[in-house]
Amino acid sequence: MGDVKVDAQLDLRGVVCPINFVKTKLKLESMEAGEVLELTLDSGEPIQNVPKSIKEEGHKILEVKKEDGFFRLKVQKGE
Amino acid sequence: MTDHFIEDKTTKVAVKLEGVAEKVDFNDLKTGGFIKQRQKDLFTVRMRCPGGRMDTKRLVEIAKLAEKYSKKGVVHFSFRQSLEILYVDYKDFNALVGELEKIGQKVASCGPRVRVPTACGGCEYNPNGLTDTQKMAEMVDKKFFGMPTPHKFKTSFSGCPIDCARTKEMDFGFQGIVEPLWEETNCTGCTICSEACKEDAIEADADTGKPIFDSKKCIYCGDCIRACPTEAWRAKRYGHIVRIGGKHGRHPMESVEVCRFLPDEKVPEAIKKTVEWYNANGKRGERIGNALKRVGLEKYLEFMGPVFADVAPAATARAYVPNFSVKQGG
Repeated sequence: MGDVKVDAQLDLRGVVCPINFVKTKLKLESMEAGEVLELTLDSGEPIQNVPKSIKEEGHKILEVKKEDGFFRLKVQKGE
Repeated sequence: MTDHFIEDKTTKVAVKLEGVAEKVDFNDLKTGGFIKQRQKDLFTVRMRCPGGRMDTKRLVEIAKLAEKYSKKGVVHFSFRQSLEILYVDYKDFNALVGELEKIGQKVASCGPRVRVPTACGGCEYNPNGLTDTQKMAEMVDKKFFGMPTPHKFKTSFSGCPIDCARTKEMDFGFQGIVEPLWEETNCTGCTICSEACKEDAIEADADTGKPIFDSKKCIYCGDCIRACPTEAWRAKRYGHIVRIGGKHGRHPMESVEVCRFLPDEKVPEAIKKTVEWYNANGKRGERIGNALKRVGLEKYLEFMGPVFADVAPAATARAYVPNFSVKQGG
């Protein structure tokens, strides 16, 4: 799974809820369906909330990697 | 109970209006909804808005009637989500009720009876919602509104454990829950569920990242299900936590939980039987919580019999238990 090609990146460390999700949404809107966005999210509230919202908007989380104090997610834009 | 006198405004209205009975339909007053104000001859007319939801067309019509009948041109949103037209002259009751009827709007109630149910937005549009609270509120309003009881009987529906509809302080409250089910085949050990769980019910295994689930800590909010990227956590079943005997007011009481995972279709039966028990056991002016304390919760549960007893208890931990972990879940 580690070889998923990334089309864009967004580092949201230090960005609070719900701004982090809004930024994610805007970024995904500028991308084509099927493209992959790599997100970096803080532990705690951001990782509690943002993945739920991403799923609810119809995107797919392909990969999650836990780092020290933050997470790297690969999100594929939905149709 | 002293607060019976204070809160039962219906009696006051009837007494006050005895001299002008010919102008006022006493049947309307008895079902309540007309609350005397400080100001002479003026009343608050409370409408029936189950779950606090209303279509916009009706709201516009009500606004016109409020403009016409409120001497001060004001409305108030009651604490139980119903719209109230303030400063209505009692001589206008019949005209106002007639006009409200034309737009399909009923007047609410005060006094010792089943009250208009309250509810949060529920699963229709709220992302946290697990049950269709609005549909349930509509059902209770249709089937049970106005049924006489020894004292007021308030119901509410919350769609999730955040419990915005405060089921813990209702005579009879229903709070939505979901039982999570984990399947290892889909799990990639990403640890998001353990981060998403605010109750510390899920711990990620240090080696594999897979969840170690402590069912005793789980409050059935479904955060794990919603956060899981691979659908390894799924909903096994939805239902209601049923709480009884709560109240607010001058002497608040917290309710007790009497059932977990009551399905939607059993809610009407639960209310019907509970009202039956209350009417058979409650003293006049006694809330059901006090009746339960006096008569005994076990007597009530016995009476409820299969309504609650048939609901299967939540399964204990079925999530991943690592071979070498000392902290075995649940």
